[in-house]
Amino acid sequence: MPTFDDIKSILSHYTVGIAGAGGLGSNVAQALVRSGVGRLIIADFDVVSESNLNRQFYFADQLGRYKVEALKENLLRIRPSAAIDIHNICLTEQNIPLIFPTVDVMVEAFDVAEMKRVLIELFASTFPAIPLVVGNGMAGWGNSNSMAVREMGNLYLCGDGVSEVSVNLPPIAPRVGICASQQANVVVSLLLSKYFGNENNP
Amino acid sequence: MKITLNNRVDELDVNQPTISIEELLALKSFTYKMLFVKHNGVVIKTEDYPVTNVAEGDNVEVIHLMTGG
Repeated sequence: MPTFDDIKSILSHYTVGIAGAGGLGSNVAQALVRSGVGRLIIADFDVVSESNLNRQFYFADQLGRYKVEALKENLLRIRPSAAIDIHNICLTEQNIPLIFPTVDVMVEAFDVAEMKRVLIELFASTFPAIPLVVGNGMAGWGNSNSMAVREMGNLYLCGDGVSEVSVNLPPIAPRVGICASQQANVVVSLLLSKYFGNENNP
Repeated sequence: MKITLNNRVDELDVNQPTISIEELLALKSFTYKMLFVKHNGVVIKTEDYPVTNVAEGDNVEVIHLMTGG
């Protein structure tokens, strides 16, 4: 069985794309940097706001800053040697193929459902060989066992598939964290499966 | 016409050999605002729903996408 040094050294050769740096994206990025993934390409247009701090990997002294810049700073505090490519941009069907063409695995971390669909349809038609890991359904609290990973070919859906965010069902750290960790776990297992087989399936 | 819809065999009450994805979604009352569709393992672009035909024995998956992240 591999040691963590073996795992880290393998993961250092890979690039993972993350579309969105909110509750899912910032926490997926944190988990992947800690695991040893070599390069992350992260895109978001937003700034850190007070309401983000209930679940996103930012700090109170970063309010008002661009998320991708604050996130890069936080990630480099964990592992200064990590390569973190940031794009402070609003992702669209037009610019996504220009920003993420070189990734080994792609992570969908948008909040808006419309953009989740854009990314799923775009990757299926433009980059069918790149696995896409989507977060779908993580609002509220409790029901831990409803959070699961559903494999659909090269597409992986993480979350409960039913809990839509609303005023009375807000996204909160624990369930958003479960979903983000499921996404990161799928990414790590996809990358390691080339070396250690599919014994630990995604 | 018998197809597999979301992993269950479904007997569609139609008098034609094929049905478009658009017609199938209406027939089965998928009213979610945001969803995506896989037809025989391939993700179908929203704009192609009217021109993608489902036939006997096909496999269709309709997945609801929700806001949150």
